[in-house]
Amino acid sequence: MKNWPLWEVFIRSKNGLEHRHCGSLHAADANMALENARDVYTRRMEGVSIWVVESKHVVASNPENSGELFEPAKDKVYRHPTFYDLPDEIKHM
Amino acid sequence: MKENLIKYILGIADNSLILGQRLSELCGHGPSLETDIALTNISLDLLGQTRSYFQYAAKLKGENTTEDDLAFLRKERQYLNALLVEQPNGDFAHTIVRQFLFDGFHLLFLEQLRTCADTQLAAIAEKSIKEVKYHFRFSSEWVKRLGDGTEESHEKMQVAINDLWIFTNELFLMTDAETAMHREGIGVDLESLRADYQEQISEIVEEATLQIPETKYWQKGGKQGIHSEQMGYILADMQYMQRAYPNMQW
Repeated sequence: MKNWPLWEVFIRSKNGLEHRHCGSLHAADANMALENARDVYTRRMEGVSIWVVESKHVVASNPENSGELFEPAKDKVYRHPTFYDLPDEIKHM
Repeated sequence: MKENLIKYILGIADNSLILGQRLSELCGHGPSLETDIALTNISLDLLGQTRSYFQYAAKLKGENTTEDDLAFLRKERQYLNALLVEQPNGDFAHTIVRQFLFDGFHLLFLEQLRTCADTQLAAIAEKSIKEVKYHFRFSSEWVKRLGDGTEESHEKMQVAINDLWIFTNELFLMTDAETAMHREGIGVDLESLRADYQEQISEIVEEATLQIPETKYWQKGGKQGIHSEQMGYILADMQYMQRAYPNMQW
């Protein structure tokens, strides 16, 4: 079992919401990964739907590049939609 | 009638209780974190079902009987579970095959019980079916995976089936209480489940490239309270706290 590949697990907590990453686990194949995800991550009614993706298929950004990737956004507060007055009647914003 | 009904309920409950207890022994010892959690999930499902049955039986018994009395304070001969569920965990193959052979029966049994004339039992069955469907799916999946896996896993699975198959016949032998309850429209006709059981189990065993052994002599007795040597150890473990500290509570 030591050579079972790693899988990333995504759970949708309610219909209408998006799947969110909740953790990872080991499994021999996709089917087992789904079953394991059900047992490990949905024991407390966390979800109504599960996605699993083998971790090797996730392409990740390199932490070494975070300077050029993320820092330029730091001083651009005008990209946040916080400069508008919202009418009180609008909910869920 | 009431006496038989209580016996009938205890018979069903004890199968779940003892198998649940067996699986709980694996908590923290499963072959991998994922299977460890899966097996203890199943254990908790079974213990949850057991509680529903015991609460009902305790109410019928009256005299301030509680579910804990039924779980912890009976003597070995008063437990009515089939021999299959008390067999030791052994290696993972034995744990899985024991589970698989019981789950197949359990599911067929509950599908009948949910239509029975006793509304309380029918309701417990209805609720349990979803859990047991998953148990059967889980154990079948592992039977196929290991049976049709490597040479070593195949061999271990075949040994487990050869060891445990002799306990399956007892599941379908009707005790007096079961026959009496069947006449009342409450109990399940166990003999009628036999053909479906054979078919479903054989199908998966075949897919797993394994074989059901030819058996002439079957083991029985648990349902009458005559248990294998395993049972004493299980009860010693399970009852220790209540015996050492009577009436203790968490």
